Amino acid sequence: MELRDLTIRTIAEGMRKKTFSAEEVVSAYCATIRRKDAGLHCYLEVFEEYALNEARRLDGSVDAFSDLPPLWGAPIAIKDNMLLEGMHASSASKVLEPYVASYDATAVSRLKKAGAIIIGRTNMDEFAMGSSTENSVCGPTKNPHDPARVPGGSSGGSAAAVAADLAVAALGSDTGGSIRQPASFCGVVGLKPTYGAVSRFGLMAMASSLDQIGPLAKNVDDARLLFDAIKGGDEYDATAVADAPRPDVAGERLRIGLPREYFGAGLDDDIKAVVMGAVKKLELLGHSVKEISLPMSEYALATYYIIMPAEVSANLARYDGIRYGHSAQNAETLFDVYAKSRAEGFGAETKRRVMLGTYILSHGYYDAYYLKAQKVRRRIQDDFRRAFEGVDCIVGPTSPTPAFAFGERTADPLKMYLADIYTVAVNLAGLPALSQNAGFVERGDSRLPVGIQTIAPWFGEERIFSIAGQLERELI
Amino acid sequence: MSISRKDVEHIAKLARIELSERELATFEKDLSDVLNFVGKLNEVDTASAAPLTGGTDLINSMRKDAPDARFILENADPAEVAELVKAAPVRKDGYIKVRSVF
Repeated sequence: MELRDLTIRTIAEGMRKKTFSAEEVVSAYCATIRRKDAGLHCYLEVFEEYALNEARRLDGSVDAFSDLPPLWGAPIAIKDNMLLEGMHASSASKVLEPYVASYDATAVSRLKKAGAIIIGRTNMDEFAMGSSTENSVCGPTKNPHDPARVPGGSSGGSAAAVAADLAVAALGSDTGGSIRQPASFCGVVGLKPTYGAVSRFGLMAMASSLDQIGPLAKNVDDARLLFDAIKGGDEYDATAVADAPRPDVAGERLRIGLPREYFGAGLDDDIKAVVMGAVKKLELLGHSVKEISLPMSEYALATYYIIMPAEVSANLARYDGIRYGHSAQNAETLFDVYAKSRAEGFGAETKRRVMLGTYILSHGYYDAYYLKAQKVRRRIQDDFRRAFEGVDCIVGPTSPTPAFAFGERTADPLKMYLADIYTVAVNLAGLPALSQNAGFVERGDSRLPVGIQTIAPWFGEERIFSIAGQLERELI
Repeated sequence: MSISRKDVEHIAKLARIELSERELATFEKDLSDVLNFVGKLNEVDTASAAPLTGGTDLINSMRKDAPDARFILENADPAEVAELVKAAPVRKDGYIKVRSVF
């Protein structure tokens, strides 16, 4: 059994044909993790005993099924901001060091129902705030393509685990690009679903109007299997919708729009060449390509850096040192319990965003910042709505650069924020988008993956899977 | 738009985060930088734009306006309650203990 060749689909097929057992698959992944993860640091914790027990349980019940569920026996990693009952979950933060989950996240319980085995929790930027995993309290994850470089973030541990064959697939969360950008940096497939397609119940809230859980996988087919397993309405998340109107997988010939704003200044020349090479292949398949304009693009990042911290400051108020998590030992008054617990528990970027959000929402500044940003957010959404009148999907680079080196951007928060320049508008508009590998570029002695992003109208995931699948067949 | 050291101290108090001298100085610069950056939005004409207040414009999914038996206190499983209280850093007699408010 070569882990490199395994996919969710081939694992489930192997189980059906009894070529191998779930226990053998989980054992093989655990052995590989023991060998390779000390160098990469994809995992914060491997649930070895739990996963082996689950595998044996599945192996014992194979004969009870006439048709095995779609994710049967697949070892899947989850980002450390999702809950698995009875297991530690920390969002890579000191403030949740002692926290044990008391219930399953809906996405996690749906994975389990579909036969998946949760193999461990992966590293991330603290509370999903960052683009490199350098904000993890446990130290960063390394990029499997070049250990001197970041894996991207915030779902960097999940993306690197899939790229290094330390899990067959993983879940991540995407608030401004946190699934797609690491997928791009690590050369795997990452889907940010339409806002409301997947329940957020049991996902630690960062910015509630932007957060979505989604899959990271080795290919488009596996990403689709995972998405189908976790999607749908949920009585515990009022924004998760069961039966939204879904656009058709429009005919054979799609109209693809290339936003000129996504190919301008700031984009590395060789990244542009790789992306345009992939676009050429789509054209040769018979799709038509035209340049479009999303004039509000230049305002997306500024809008994001108002809406997101405002929501962060409200959501992170729950980490108060009272009900769970880290509590300061030397606090005299109730105010000190809050202020010292949060001072000790939060990292620098988390504090920065909570502070920023608190300011934005404070008396006298709400209209100038938050209300203004909500109005610009409407105009960004209108931009996409107008664009989709003329095209079926939008294609461009996922990130303006390949994976950058450790420490390259940590000194300047604004420079780090630019890593999300092509991904944040999608979250603001609530759209689905997928990043997949389009090729490689050279940096020094390294060969680094380049992601191409496909954006579809709301609930157009099927259209994305269709075109991404076609492109994948051309590129392999 | 830049903010002063006094502003930073006030925000830290509102946000319930005790900051060191060094952090106060760093955030004075960092927050001013970000506020200058987002000031770019003033270029956008939003006179006719309705604020987009959430991730979606879809109508809320409502559940029936009836009590859910699982969430009525008398039905709570004492073992489950004890497990939740156990997550709190300071406890007494099965309750979460906190400092006095006044």
